[in-house]
Amino acid sequence: MSGGHSPALNAAPAADAPIQRPVSPSMRLNPKYLPLAATIALFVAMATAGSVLYTGFFSAQVFLNLLIDNAFLIIVAVGMTFVILSGGIDLSVGSVVALTTMVLASLVEHHHWSPLTAIPLVLLMGTVFGAFMGFLIERFRLQPFIVTLAGMFLARGLCYLISIDSISMADEAYSAMAQWRLDLWEGASLSLGALIAMAVLLAAIFVAHCTPFGRNLYAVGGNEHSAVLMGLPVRATVIGVYTLSGLCSALAGVVFTFYMLSGYGLHATGMELDAIAAVVIGGTLLTGGVGYVAGTLFGVLMLGIIQTLISFDGTLSSWWTRIVVGVLLFVFCLLQRLLTHRTSR
Amino acid sequence: MPDATSPSLFAAALRHRLTWPLVTLALLLAVNTAFNASFLHIEWRDGHFYGSLVDILNRAAPLALVSLGMTLVIATRGIDISVGAVVAIAAAVGAWMIGGSVSGGESRFPLPLAILGALGVAALCGLWNGLLVAKVGMQPIIATLILMVAGRGIAQLITDGQIITIYYAPFFFLGGGYLLGLPFALFVLAAVFAGLYLAVTRTALGLFIQAVGINPTAARVAGVQSRRLVVAAYTFCGVCAGIAGLLISSNVKSADANNAGQMLELDAILAVTLGGTALTGGRFSLVGSVIGALIIQTLTYAIYSLGVPPEINLVVKAVVVFIVMLLQSPDFRAQAGALVRRPAAGGALS
Repeated sequence: MSGGHSPALNAAPAADAPIQRPVSPSMRLNPKYLPLAATIALFVAMATAGSVLYTGFFSAQVFLNLLIDNAFLIIVAVGMTFVILSGGIDLSVGSVVALTTMVLASLVEHHHWSPLTAIPLVLLMGTVFGAFMGFLIERFRLQPFIVTLAGMFLARGLCYLISIDSISMADEAYSAMAQWRLDLWEGASLSLGALIAMAVLLAAIFVAHCTPFGRNLYAVGGNEHSAVLMGLPVRATVIGVYTLSGLCSALAGVVFTFYMLSGYGLHATGMELDAIAAVVIGGTLLTGGVGYVAGTLFGVLMLGIIQTLISFDGTLSSWWTRIVVGVLLFVFCLLQRLLTHRTSR
Repeated sequence: MPDATSPSLFAAALRHRLTWPLVTLALLLAVNTAFNASFLHIEWRDGHFYGSLVDILNRAAPLALVSLGMTLVIATRGIDISVGAVVAIAAAVGAWMIGGSVSGGESRFPLPLAILGALGVAALCGLWNGLLVAKVGMQPIIATLILMVAGRGIAQLITDGQIITIYYAPFFFLGGGYLLGLPFALFVLAAVFAGLYLAVTRTALGLFIQAVGINPTAARVAGVQSRRLVVAAYTFCGVCAGIAGLLISSNVKSADANNAGQMLELDAILAVTLGGTALTGGRFSLVGSVIGALIIQTLTYAIYSLGVPPEINLVVKAVVVFIVMLLQSPDFRAQAGALVRRPAAGGALS
């Protein structure tokens, strides 16, 4: 897989995120916070190790780059968090990202649309795509895994129908947007994509913890049958979750074009794996119903810092990233199993 | 064509699990023949059979092998999405043990040892998956996701990030040689299939696997050692992927850690589904999975030979998956059946 775009992230949000997490008065060392606490501790440990071992590692820009380089992954992983919280899985996200870059590049470059009309259109397209898969899953009781697998084929195939070549985006207004930077302090800056990712993250935390939809989501993920008996709108929630994931993927696709300035059918291959890994490392249980959107940010940051460490080291080859991510995934899955005494159904 | 000598026989044929996969395959072959008159033509050339059908069989062999392993895993209510990575690992191990010396005269290890080594590593990969699923109790898709993510990294570690080109001629026989005029890969597939088929039909193994897939708790209460069985299924799937990896690397005379077996897990799952094995576990059909693999390869061949841009391949596969899974869904069949009376489709898998 060519997609080694991994995650990453930063110091500034690291400071706010724990505050945004809903803190219940009785939370003292509740075991359900353990995976998230382990992730944050590991992230801090890796950041510290990197700062000690490599000169130039401990700088604001290195950490902000984690956000900038992984903005699209944060957005995709946030959507994936919702899906996994509901007890499902979405394998189509990487392909939808690729399809979005392709359609956007084609509209802007070949058909000379204004980005201001093309972007809402691709967002709508991703949303409808997600809603369609959610509808199939809920209406016909199909397995999310196989439906989104077909969605993955479909979106990737549609990319190639548009063009098998990469379409680079030379539109001036678009380049200007992509290169725009928000200066923070002493030369450190954030890109538009990273700002969008942060906005998405905050919105997702609000939706998950402060809206009826969020509460329904946790209820459905915890036990769908109980949710039905309680009279919750399970059907609307499940469809909504995949719709949201489709929207996030499309938005990530837009951010991806800011980052790459091109549309290509091979963009974001394997991104679904990175997103799932980030969600799991962020402490969300794969059985659904337990987890935090804020944890996903740390999951992505973790993947990003692994990549940053490896690139700072210079002697380790790039494939170590995949191996380390696999090992982390294993450790966190094991941790989850130890924490949940529920037997798998 | 199912023969219609009597209504009941016809109905029974329609209800048979393999009818629809076979009809699909026949239709695809017919389409190919209609657009390419020489499609069915087979001739003897250079000491072996030569023709489109032979080509399809040869190319479908690795996929069919992986599908066989995947069938057992799916029958136990599991899924193995790491097969593509295992293919890459096995190919890398095999290529490394044979060595890349340009002279081509000798291999680093004797060929049988290299093959055993590659298969052994593949079996270990499968064993690892099986232990995670059966002993640790992880969801199959996540347990195998770990190896899927790490596997290509491991394969690249073995090949040092390079594509290893193999020059050792005897190795090429495996994926490119001919025996009795037919591709050797077919004999490998036939041997694995025959062994597995005898094991599941002549012993209680098939029954046990179905029992575990239909109701793991009931199977355990009934005395089936379901954990061991699940571990064995994943291990077997790993070995199948290993053999496929050797066939593929032998056929292309190299091992590419990045691209060998890319998307193979999806094709294998598709083949198993097309063959009539329900993804929810339980009943399975080995013959169906092989037919499923042939359908996929014939479809690919048709797309190329019809002059349709090959890019459309993925879209066609996606549409096929959507249709097949809708047909397999009891809810969909109930609703469609209420609208249109189609007892044939409705009865096929219920």
